[in-house]
Amino acid sequence: MNIALPAVPSSLAEPATMSDLVQVRELSRVFDVSKPWLNRVIEREPRKLLKAVTDASFSIRRRETLALVGESGSGKSTVAKMVVGLLQPTAGDVRIDGKNIWGGEDLTLLRRRIQMIFQDPYASLNPRWRVDAIIADPIRAFGLAKDSAEIDHRVGELLQLVGLDPLDGRKYPHEFSGGQRQRICIARALSSKPEFLVCDEPTSALDVSVQAQILNLMRDLQDQFGLTYLFISHNLAVVRHMADRIGVMYLGRIVELAPTEHLFRTPQHPYTRMLLDAVPDLAMSGRPRKKVEGEIPNPIDPPKGCAFHPRCPLAFDRCKSEVPLPRARTSASFVACHAVERAELTQPAA
Amino acid sequence: MSPPVLSVRNLRVEFPTRRGTLVAVDDVSFDIGPGEVLGVVGESGAGKSMTGTAVIGLLEPPGRIASGEVWLQGERIDRLPPEKMRRVRGRRIGMVFQDPLTSLNPLYQIGEQLIETIRTHTDASPAVARKRAIGLLEAAGIQGAARRIDSYPHEFSGGMRQRVVIALALAAEPDLIIADEPTTALDVSIQAQIIDLLKTLCRDRGAAIMLITHDMGVIAETADRVAVMYAGRIAEIGPVRDVVQRPQHPYTKGLMGSIPTLEMGGTRLTQIPGSMPRLTAIPTGCAFNPRCNAAFDRCRVERPDPMQTGTGAVACWLAARAADEADPANQMHPTRMAP
Amino acid sequence: MTIVAPDKVAKIARPAGRLRRFIDSDMLHSFVRSPLVMFAALIAVILVGAAFLAPVLAPHDPYDLKSLNLMDGENPPRWIKGGDPRFWLGTDDQGRDIYSTILYGMRSSLLIAMAAVGFALLLGVSLGLVAGYRGGRIDTLIMRIADIQLTFPSILTALLVDGIARTALKGSQLGNSHYVILVVAIGLSFWVQYARTVRGVTLVERNKDYVQAARLIGLSSRKIMFNHVLPNVLSPVLVLATINLALAIITEATLSFLGVGLPSSEPSLGTMIQIGNRFLLSGSWWMVAFPGVTLAALVLAVNLVGDWLRDKLDPRLR
Repeated sequence: MNIALPAVPSSLAEPATMSDLVQVRELSRVFDVSKPWLNRVIEREPRKLLKAVTDASFSIRRRETLALVGESGSGKSTVAKMVVGLLQPTAGDVRIDGKNIWGGEDLTLLRRRIQMIFQDPYASLNPRWRVDAIIADPIRAFGLAKDSAEIDHRVGELLQLVGLDPLDGRKYPHEFSGGQRQRICIARALSSKPEFLVCDEPTSALDVSVQAQILNLMRDLQDQFGLTYLFISHNLAVVRHMADRIGVMYLGRIVELAPTEHLFRTPQHPYTRMLLDAVPDLAMSGRPRKKVEGEIPNPIDPPKGCAFHPRCPLAFDRCKSEVPLPRARTSASFVACHAVERAELTQPAA
Repeated sequence: MSPPVLSVRNLRVEFPTRRGTLVAVDDVSFDIGPGEVLGVVGESGAGKSMTGTAVIGLLEPPGRIASGEVWLQGERIDRLPPEKMRRVRGRRIGMVFQDPLTSLNPLYQIGEQLIETIRTHTDASPAVARKRAIGLLEAAGIQGAARRIDSYPHEFSGGMRQRVVIALALAAEPDLIIADEPTTALDVSIQAQIIDLLKTLCRDRGAAIMLITHDMGVIAETADRVAVMYAGRIAEIGPVRDVVQRPQHPYTKGLMGSIPTLEMGGTRLTQIPGSMPRLTAIPTGCAFNPRCNAAFDRCRVERPDPMQTGTGAVACWLAARAADEADPANQMHPTRMAP
Repeated sequence: MTIVAPDKVAKIARPAGRLRRFIDSDMLHSFVRSPLVMFAALIAVILVGAAFLAPVLAPHDPYDLKSLNLMDGENPPRWIKGGDPRFWLGTDDQGRDIYSTILYGMRSSLLIAMAAVGFALLLGVSLGLVAGYRGGRIDTLIMRIADIQLTFPSILTALLVDGIARTALKGSQLGNSHYVILVVAIGLSFWVQYARTVRGVTLVERNKDYVQAARLIGLSSRKIMFNHVLPNVLSPVLVLATINLALAIITEATLSFLGVGLPSSEPSLGTMIQIGNRFLLSGSWWMVAFPGVTLAALVLAVNLVGDWLRDKLDPRLR
């Protein structure tokens, strides 16, 4: 491996190829969380800005699952909302199949191809709508069926596809358990025949045995329809199970992105290592672990330099003043850490 | 073995409703020894939280303990009048809930709450109580405790608040701590810290812990023994290593296989078909039989009681059959085992 | 939204399912278990039914001026000495049968109150929905107008509307527009509550994922507001409407009593009380007492049912 790779702008960390379905470049989002104008003037407080996401760049190949992991405040859900088109980025762009979804183009055709699965299966289904109407909504919105008989047929098919009974369409959401509701959400997401699904913590509200059912279903559907997933989760074990590549986020930045096997076998960034150490050892394999230190800082007032430096065992002076840029390691991975960079410069990697 | 701190015998919790009586906890028995951590694990609707609530006498009406006994340090506590039970809860049982804010009064500084708890249970002077409170906060891993003792709950982060709650739960030096999903609301990296803290503090002080959670990982890290609950009953109970590595009940096996782990990578997860039955429709026979791939005729009609098997106990006819086959002379009958 | 399942099974199964659900529901159970609410509902149904059946039930027609005879004026109720067997609750100064007039008057009062609540509902729900869903400047504008509206007591609002309408229309052209003026006047003083309630609920619903899912497929804001959000904000509003109905009946009576409501030729409970009030000192108590009792009973009954509905449906009060 070339150890003298220069620091590259993050946009170049991954060269875009024809097989990329999704390209996200230097995506940033700032929220204004200041008090109302009058209070600010009276209390002499400055504006408060929350940098939820800063310069996030990645691309997702067709039929690939890219996962973003991180703890609360890492900005992973904000990235999901921007990628799917629900939240306008402050800067940067999202290209699906080459078309910039925030570039003012007509999105009608693109919208059908992007769908989302949400975290809370109780809030993501309209309680006053029957399940068949919920699943049919995208079919109607995109005009994908010529008459109501065809819609009914499609809805029945979709319900069967996700493991429910076609007759379940006549019921209301409250008659279903959490896992069944998530199946309904998946059926709705698939009803417009999308290529790209953004899944925002799709199983974190579910029990483990139900989570297994949903994760298996999502993988089956991916194989069957050639879907591309952006998978957001806080659970490293779930992510390991689902993803081809993983991006680790900390306080709004992607600090490391690598193929799943690499990330788990040779984690580079100290934060990734810490996260891995924090996962409970269920197999009781007695794997060596380091104690996790410190708390996640307040994202409104993050530490200067590298946001992780106060908790980092490898931090040195440079980390306190300068934000580390993502450095490409291979064509499909990068890490943003001064310590990793220094280690590589002093002792050549094997 | 020293006498158990908490002993629960054949506990049954019922909810009378218009449409019949719902049984939320059914014939549950277990013991927790001093310094021991018993994990109670189960999916939503398994009755694990209800068991904890029944033990501390905080069942919401119309829920009630229909039968069974709860013994704390040799004293029966399930029949105590409310006033006495409240004293038991404050002094001898500490509680840690999922949301730290439910245990902390937002209007008082955490120091006031700690000192008040210490002073109601001991006759310490205000100064001594304050010193002890600072000591507790330090033990709970709060840095600069002497300074932060005068802060309000909202000035702490979620993980720090849970530390304060743990300090508060330990303030009266209780015999038993009931922790209901203490780490569920916290981030992964904070979870590990809280688990460690709970474990060391209780071990040092010899308190027993009943740790209720849905997270098998937390149990594997923390508990000495584990009770797996399903549809209001204990399906399997035993030393944590045995249950995790060699589960015997088909439900526990399925549950363990359905949890993605770091070690197993991208293999397909085992899945249990269906979902936990609602309380209104618990199947006859073994409650797990419709989802069990090894169920046979007996499972559909007769309800298995926990049967002693080696280090633990399992409520499954398969285990009984295996025992019969191993020793045909010993016609094993569902004998009530003492956990 | 109209999604009709084409096969017949659904059409047969659905009403039965709804009925079954209602019978099983806690609502019905709680209703049957509270005798006071049942009694109030019974009174309300009887009074409302009687009002709308006035032309059938009333022995006399108070609008038919030809049938009135001043000689019958100020007759006491039938069971009191000097009472006329034709008029069992007595007559007013014009010789109108009090019983018949109460029935017709209650009908006017109820119609006006319902129309006014309907008007307030329409205005308040639409504005609240837009304010809550759109947010930003539209929200600020609508809610500041609402704040200003709130600084006027409802009677004052009604008096203003009445005054403006009278000036604009001149006395001669008024005719039937009395009804419209009352409806607008009462409706305007009520819409703010609906707008605030709906805005609050909309702010919550707007951020739920089912709305995000609808945005994702590119539905217009209007469709999302009316098809997705509206059905979820209606139950608190309907509870409010029941309670407001009682208030609207009182407001109508008050305005009519103050002489800015219906003219005395068109009886409502309020005008009857106003007229009766003038004769109270001369000892003709029945002219004010019976309409007064009817008004009190109607308002109390509707209010009790409304309060019960609120307790059952509004989770914030549980």
